[in-house]
Amino acid sequence: MLTEFGKIFIFIIIAILFVGIAILLSKLIRPKRPTNEKLTTYECGEEPIGTPWVKFNIRFYVIALIFLIFDVEIVLLFPWALSYKDFGIVGFLAGIIFLIILGIGMIYEWRKGDLEWDRPKINSFNKDKQEVEE
Amino acid sequence: MYNFLVDILGNEIIVMIITASLPLFLFVIPFALVAVYAERKVSAHMQDRLGPMRVGYHGLLQTVADILKLFQKEDIVTEKADKSLFNIAPFLVFAGSYAAFAALPFSSIFIGTNTDIGLFYIIAISSLVVAGILMAGWASNNKYSLLGAMRSAAQIISYEIPTALVILSLVMFTGTLNLHTMSELQTSSFLNWNILGGSETGIIKIILIPFMLIGCLILFISTLAEVNRTPFDIPEAESELVAGFHTEYSGMKFAMFFLSEYANMFAVSAIITSVFFGGYQSPFGYLGDLAGIDWLVPIEQLFWFSAKGLFFVFVQMWLRWTLPRLRVDQLMTVCWKYLIPYSFVNLIIIGIITLL
Repeated sequence: MLTEFGKIFIFIIIAILFVGIAILLSKLIRPKRPTNEKLTTYECGEEPIGTPWVKFNIRFYVIALIFLIFDVEIVLLFPWALSYKDFGIVGFLAGIIFLIILGIGMIYEWRKGDLEWDRPKINSFNKDKQEVEE
Repeated sequence: MYNFLVDILGNEIIVMIITASLPLFLFVIPFALVAVYAERKVSAHMQDRLGPMRVGYHGLLQTVADILKLFQKEDIVTEKADKSLFNIAPFLVFAGSYAAFAALPFSSIFIGTNTDIGLFYIIAISSLVVAGILMAGWASNNKYSLLGAMRSAAQIISYEIPTALVILSLVMFTGTLNLHTMSELQTSSFLNWNILGGSETGIIKIILIPFMLIGCLILFISTLAEVNRTPFDIPEAESELVAGFHTEYSGMKFAMFFLSEYANMFAVSAIITSVFFGGYQSPFGYLGDLAGIDWLVPIEQLFWFSAKGLFFVFVQMWLRWTLPRLRVDQLMTVCWKYLIPYSFVNLIIIGIITLL
């Protein structure tokens, strides 16, 4: 007897098998003539400079952290959304209080400027340009 | 249909393997073939060009030729790449996008798994794609790939929140997470679709309509961003990042990324369809009911489901040639400062109206 999640497991297995078989099939026909040029990392035809595994913008990390908070919140809200009608107005208010606390958190993040993304400063750029023109 | 097949074949696992491969071979692959062709034709005609014309009548066999070409392409794994991660990434991305099809009701008799947490499961499993994309970008050891993957991951996870919030408000309204049940609730006429207030009656239905429309709009925008389509295609912005996270991929592995992108496009359209536009339900009655032919009804339902889904895919293509691309900071602003607060308010309002 297959459970519903067993069926999902079979779906995932079918998807993995499909990709595997497609790649294997193409392995049988495709040529394999690697040269040094082919195996270099693509960088618009230039020699790659430095390693690409660099430190990236801290913004991505902050976004991931904020996402985590909201995602956990949504996971907690799903069971509430399914059954809040059974508890009437009290059940609804309980969920709303939870949402308000998170809303305050979001306002805090907003005021702190964590939702801002770094932008090129257009004014200073224009100033430099004017200086060059002068 | 599942029980019917079990009766014929006897073994449940064989039946399930057939059921699980049906959407892939009868739906996803033909859909991708047609959609790639359609995308090129749509874009061509919108720009007053002809598009593919040489292979077959009006270029109909162009995608088949492309697939055959991709089969013969050399598969290059660059020297500096992290080879095992590089090879696993296409599997993860495709498995993540195909697994979502398990919970989509194609018609009243065909649904991969009739689990009661269908919508929740779809949201959860789609996140596998993010892991795959990050893996691909990191393992490529290429600056464009890494930047594309980081942007893509940030975008997908950010826009998952408004998507989930809108779905949450619909869960509050219908009281079910099962897409099959949700479609059944919107039966008989297009007036019963959730976008028009569902099965509520009287004044409540009229009050609900504007909030449902806002919810539908938010869901459409955020799912558009989740599948990295224009105007939210900064992860693979051709003019700055070459091809984003799959810059280094070639041959069949590239084809898999491509296929999963199109599978995702249909999956999100199908979610919008099932949640707001009645799923597989016909907007008016069924021919099969009129003529008294029972087996015609599921086929008609499959037709309506695909027609509604394909319509939203067409809108996605249409937008690609209408709107310019957003900047990264604009993209994040749209999500965090507009869509999320709006969807929160929308959620609370729909909750109150449902409670009345």
